[in-house]
Formats: sequence, C-alpha cells, structure tokens
Amino acid sequence: MAERDAAEVCIGVLALQGAFREHLACLRKLPRVHAVEVRTKEQLAGVDGLIIPGGESTTMALIAERWGLIPELRSFAAGGSPVWGTCAGLIFLADRATGQKEGGQALLGGLDCLVQRNFFGAQVDSFETQLPAPEPLSALRVSGAAAPAPGADSFRALFIRAPAVLEAGASVEVLAEYRLSPTEAEAQGRQSVAVAVRSKQLLATAFHPELTDDLRWHLLFVEMVRERLRGSSSLRKRGPDSAPAAPERAGSGTRPADLPVVGPSDAY
Amino acid sequence: MATNQAQKSTFAVKVGLAQMLKGGVIMDVTTADEARIAEEAGAVAVMALERVPADIRKDGGVARMSDAGIIREIKEAVTIPVMAKARIGHFVEAQILEALDVDYVDESEVLTPADDVHHINKHNFKVPFVCGCRDLGEALRRIAEGAAMIRTKGEAGTGNVVEAVRHCRAVQGAIRTLQTMDDDEVYVFAKELRAPVELVRQTKTLGRLPVVNFAAGGVATPADAALMMQMGMDGVFVGSGIFKSGDPAARARAIVQAVTHYNDPKILAEVSCGLGEPMVGIDCRDKNFNSYAARSE
Repeated sequence: MAERDAAEVCIGVLALQGAFREHLACLRKLPRVHAVEVRTKEQLAGVDGLIIPGGESTTMALIAERWGLIPELRSFAAGGSPVWGTCAGLIFLADRATGQKEGGQALLGGLDCLVQRNFFGAQVDSFETQLPAPEPLSALRVSGAAAPAPGADSFRALFIRAPAVLEAGASVEVLAEYRLSPTEAEAQGRQSVAVAVRSKQLLATAFHPELTDDLRWHLLFVEMVRERLRGSSSLRKRGPDSAPAAPERAGSGTRPADLPVVGPSDAY
Repeated sequence: MATNQAQKSTFAVKVGLAQMLKGGVIMDVTTADEARIAEEAGAVAVMALERVPADIRKDGGVARMSDAGIIREIKEAVTIPVMAKARIGHFVEAQILEALDVDYVDESEVLTPADDVHHINKHNFKVPFVCGCRDLGEALRRIAEGAAMIRTKGEAGTGNVVEAVRHCRAVQGAIRTLQTMDDDEVYVFAKELRAPVELVRQTKTLGRLPVVNFAAGGVATPADAALMMQMGMDGVFVGSGIFKSGDPAARARAIVQAVTHYNDPKILAEVSCGLGEPMVGIDCRDKNFNSYAARSE
C-alpha cells in the first residue's frame, strides 16, 4: 500500500463512556489519521468515520438519547459513512439483540444480525485467545510507528462479557468465528458463533482490538473510510481545517497518561 | 478453523473489564429495585452491599457481605455488571462472591475488616478485585496483591468530597514526584512507599497507576463527580449520595451525564438543576468522626 498517497482521514470515537481513549491511542499510531472524541452532533458532523467503543451499551444508549444523538448517529450511518462497533458497539449496530435490559434500549441498527448480549456469561468466563486472521486482515501491512503483529495469520482477541452474533443475514460477511468448547457447544446447541462481521460500510467485532498492540483492525477500518471517500469526495462534509479539536485538557490539566496494553502473560 | 485456546481470567481480561467501565458511574445498591433504578439512570455497574455507608455510620455494628440471595436477585434484575463488597481479608466472602458469578469484588474498608493485618491474596481468584487506597504506596500494595482496579477511598457515607480529593491528590502528587526522580532514587522511594520496586518503576514509566483508577467516598453531586473526573480519575463510585438523596433517579441520571460531560460547565449547569435534596453531609474533622479510610493500609 502506498501510504504517501493515502488520503488524510478524520476518525471520530464516540466518547460517551467506555474504552474510547484506547481506540484513539491506536488510531493515532496510524499514518495520516486524525482521531477525535465525539460527544455532540457538531463533533459528529466533522468526521469521516466513527468508532463506537466497548463500554456498557445501556449506559451509552441512555446518554446518547439524552442529548438527541441517536437520530444523528442513525443518519450518519444511513448516509453511508463507515461505522465500526466493538463489543457494546456491535450491539448498537445490530438490527436485533437479545438479553436486553427490561424495556429494551435504543439501538442504531443497520447490520442485519441477531446479537446476544453477554453471550459468554459473567466476568469469570471472560477470556482471551488467538483467532485466525481473515483474508482482508492478513492482506494488510502495518508500517510506520505501528508495531508489527505477533503473527500475520492470527490475531489476539479479548472477549470481556462479550456479545456474539447468533444469526447473520445474507448481506453480512462473517470475518471471524469462534469455535465453542464442547461444554459451551452443548449448552448453546451450536458449534460456533460469528465474532467479527462486515456489511457494506459497517464493521463490528465482539472482541477488543484496542486492548492489543495489533493495529490491523484499525487499519482495516481506516481503509474502509478511505474507500468511501474515494467513491464520494463530493459528499465530504467538512473542509480540511474544520475538524473539531477534542476538549482534552481543562481544569487542572492533570489527566494522566493512558493505560498500556496488558500482554497475554502479564501480571503484577 | 484452528482450535481456539481460550485463557480465562488473564490479568488483561481482569483489567479489561475495568477499562470498559471508564467514564462511568458505579452505584451502591442494596436491593434489586435499587439496582433497576441505577441501570435505568445509566450506571455502568452496580455495587451490592448490605447497607449503604451512611446507614452503616448511623446504625453501627459489624457490616458484612450482602446476603447471597439478594446478590442473586440483583444479578437477575439487571444486565450491567454486578460488583459486591467483601470484608478486608475475608477470603471466604470473596470465594462466595466468586461462586455467585459476581463480575468484580470490592475488598472494602466500608465493611468491618475481618483481618486487620492482611488483605486477601487476590491472585488466587478468577474474579477480578477492586481495592481502596489513600496514597500511592497503598495503591501499589493492593496491585501487588492482585487488585485489577483501584479506587481512591475518600470517606464513604459522609457526602463530603474532601477526603476523595485528598486521596486523589496524594496518589497523583506522588506519581509526579516519582517522575522527576533519577532512576537511582527509586529504590529508597519504594522503601518509603512500602511498595514493590518493580511496580514503582512501572508507575514512573507510565506516569499513572498501572490499572484503572476510580474515585470514591463522598461524591454527592454532579459537580463532585465532574471534579473528580477533571482531576484525572477514570470514573466514579457513588454510594449513599444517590439513595440517601431526595430524588435518587434524577440525581443518578444527572451524575451519569456529569461524568460524560465533565469538561463542559454549560452542560454541568444544566444537569445540576432541580435535583431535590442532596444527602446530609458529615464534617470529617469532627472529634467523634470515625474514619473508614484509616481501617486498612
């Protein structure tokens, strides 16, 4: 990939709650990517693509509703702008979800999937594993400041009270599956579940690439955003200088640095 | 498809859940009904305990882990993570909480300590732990014992944010001091902190605690919550501040909004309107004041 020719893109990360700073840190390691926090309609209008991070989907939905963001997010995605949801973000994007809180919750939809919240159970059942890298991922080459992936043919996946895709429509491309253990398979009555899916401009993963030092999922999404910009440069809503600055430092300005990536065998 | 080797409960997975809670509010609840109110208000998790700290202060006696049946009811009532408190050093209460599938255990000084010398060896558990601290040394000692998340202690049940601020400044001030030190000076600093030198060195490199750090103990208003966030905390615990106030649902919603928009005074003004009576506050300098934070070190 000729990075010198790659278009400059502005990626927003929905910063209502959750692991949004981890996504920003990953994006900022990629060349020609400008990454900003999105909390308001105005900030959303200035970005080319949006990541909905991991966190509590009920919390994010309630805060988004309170400030009228849900219809704005819906029209952002419906207008063809790429959106990537990780974990809670996957639940946001799915057309159908089970295991909702009483009374349900506002969802964006757009991804023809049935998702089950907390598919793998409580926190004691949360886990990490290596999964085979799908072709679109293994074809990518990360350079620049980005650390090389540990193995090009697999990727590290952390599942934290994670959801899973139970059914995917015909328009949905399954990028990664997780094979259930014999006990899980018996309890669920199936051998595997989809954990990464893509449909046109929507990408969704049940795991957390932002908690690893493998940047390929972020690059894959950035390339989806570039693809979209190439196809519709006239639709671009913002000028080169109008990207909103994230309000990162205020008050006493003492917000400490972010957490590092915790390795598979790290413990203190 | 290759066979997956799933590793459960790695430290990355334990810290990972705390990372997903960042920018959120964790609310103390004593019943399934309160847990529903908290979830509806946008809590990222609920903390199950027998009595809220304000009642523990008022009624006295020994405060213990919540009834296991109530924890089960709370787990059934909500979809958000459920945390529960165990007494300091009471590793059997922690075993019971793990068996109940709670998502995080808070080894808490708000309950009456079961061991006034030793904390739980948290490495022995699959369930992750959050522990309190008043300063950097205390935080790193808890992390050495296996805690995957830290909260500054504050003084629970007082509605007075002064101790939360003090402990937050103590941790961050010590980290700033550490960062200005020569590497040769770290050994003696670790000795003074009474913390493992490896963790002290790592904290120096990172410029922060090596795990997620929430504020706790005395947060009663949206402004209190935003104050702790602007001071660099990753999120807040609110205990008695919600269910001991005049309108718990409205106050809970407002504190959630304040933690998201902590840097926007206009929004903070808007969410601070018409919340009803806050909880009654207690002066922590009173002669008869009983410090919970000082119960462990």
